[in-house]
Amino acid sequence: MTQVSAPRAGPRIQVPMAMLAELTHRCPLACPYCSNPVDLVRRSGELSTQEWVDVFQQAADLGVLHLHLSGGEPAARHDLEELVAASTGAELYSNLITSGVGLTEARLEKLAANGLDHVQLSLQGVDHETADLYGGYKGGFDRKIAVAGWTVKLGLPLTINAVMHRHNLSTLDLMIDLAVNLGARRLEVATVQFHGWAEKNKAALMPTREQVQKAGEMVHAARQRLTGVLVIDYVPADYYATYPKACMGGWASTSLNIAPDGQVLPCHAAPTIPWLTFDNVRQRPLKEIWTHSEAFNAFRGDEWMQEPCRSCARKAVDFGGCRCQAMALAGDAAATDPACSKSPLHADLLAAAEAASSTRDADLTYRRMPALKQPARTHNA
Amino acid sequence: MTTEIPETARPRLLKGVRTRFDKARDTWLLLAPERTLELDAVAAAILAEVDGVRSFGEVIDTLAAKYDAPRERISADVRTFLSSLVERRMLEIDVP
Repeated sequence: MTQVSAPRAGPRIQVPMAMLAELTHRCPLACPYCSNPVDLVRRSGELSTQEWVDVFQQAADLGVLHLHLSGGEPAARHDLEELVAASTGAELYSNLITSGVGLTEARLEKLAANGLDHVQLSLQGVDHETADLYGGYKGGFDRKIAVAGWTVKLGLPLTINAVMHRHNLSTLDLMIDLAVNLGARRLEVATVQFHGWAEKNKAALMPTREQVQKAGEMVHAARQRLTGVLVIDYVPADYYATYPKACMGGWASTSLNIAPDGQVLPCHAAPTIPWLTFDNVRQRPLKEIWTHSEAFNAFRGDEWMQEPCRSCARKAVDFGGCRCQAMALAGDAAATDPACSKSPLHADLLAAAEAASSTRDADLTYRRMPALKQPARTHNA
Repeated sequence: MTTEIPETARPRLLKGVRTRFDKARDTWLLLAPERTLELDAVAAAILAEVDGVRSFGEVIDTLAAKYDAPRERISADVRTFLSSLVERRMLEIDVP
């Protein structure tokens, strides 16, 4: 018997559909539910223009169709116009995921001329007060409304991305109206997912069960009423759901993320699973990473599953839910997502969510870059 | 739900919605915001004629001639498919 054995046939590796390129973690906003990791990458660590251009071509060669240009705020990159042109050159469908802050009409015209396909604009609320409070940026709301106008004027498809939580979920109907009035073709109603910065703000942001139920009804009614006017995609609050979300459409099956420093991640929260190791496009070709990276193969297919997932009829529907949420809440990334009603931890999770949702006066921790040196007593941004 | 489409109306894909042949998957696709539709032979043939210039009636005539099929059947297929794209905000019908 030899030490070396033939590799076991693993799960089928699919062709990825989409790549999220987090061009930078720099952002003028400070949303307390930002999905970026708590350890943000600094400007000095970001990939160069040429490195991104090369990654886009590698992604296209791998079969990626949709390129999501995100951040942080992607407009904080002065080479955004060049990056959009490179995406067009690689025949990728480009989607700019932006807060709107940092865009001007001239810049947007240039992006459109360079082949930008779609603009996805975040709104933190339906008025100045809420939007600027939760965005942590005064004047942000007005800028966003202007960007929506320029986008529609250019004929580009506009998606409004509304992140909803306890303090704005009751205004969902107004958000839907606002999206229609702004000329959006699509609205993404994303209930806060408690990863990254949002995890720190659970008590302040957790919606109530009643709010979540009403929101579901509002979305259902609006979809009927607005067929052919507005497409609505809805990410519900999974803590109150019966079954977990089909996170990422299955780990490492349809999409991948590139962090600002070139780290290649199966999803943006994957680094919260401490034992995973990640490859970097600076060291390894993208195709090799997609196919062989330890992090990507960790939860491909269903071999890694435990009970109750392993024998569950829904395992090919929701893939056991979210691995990062299983890590955070069950302490085991291969466990059933506690958002699933079949998880032994579900009852505790539900009770904790309900308790969090009735917290009064919880402080918000806003997203921010860490201080450069040892925390100074003054001028500490 | 099927949208009424007059014969003189001109269907056109909205900006940000486009077809492309995908070598990796060996199929025609329709790309739109956050959506990818795999086009079967019929759908691809229909969209090949939708240019924003020709009318719905002309598109049907062209397809009926090209595929030597009854006009009524082609008309029903085209109407159903284009209506589904209207509902998804991918296509608009300009009525003169």
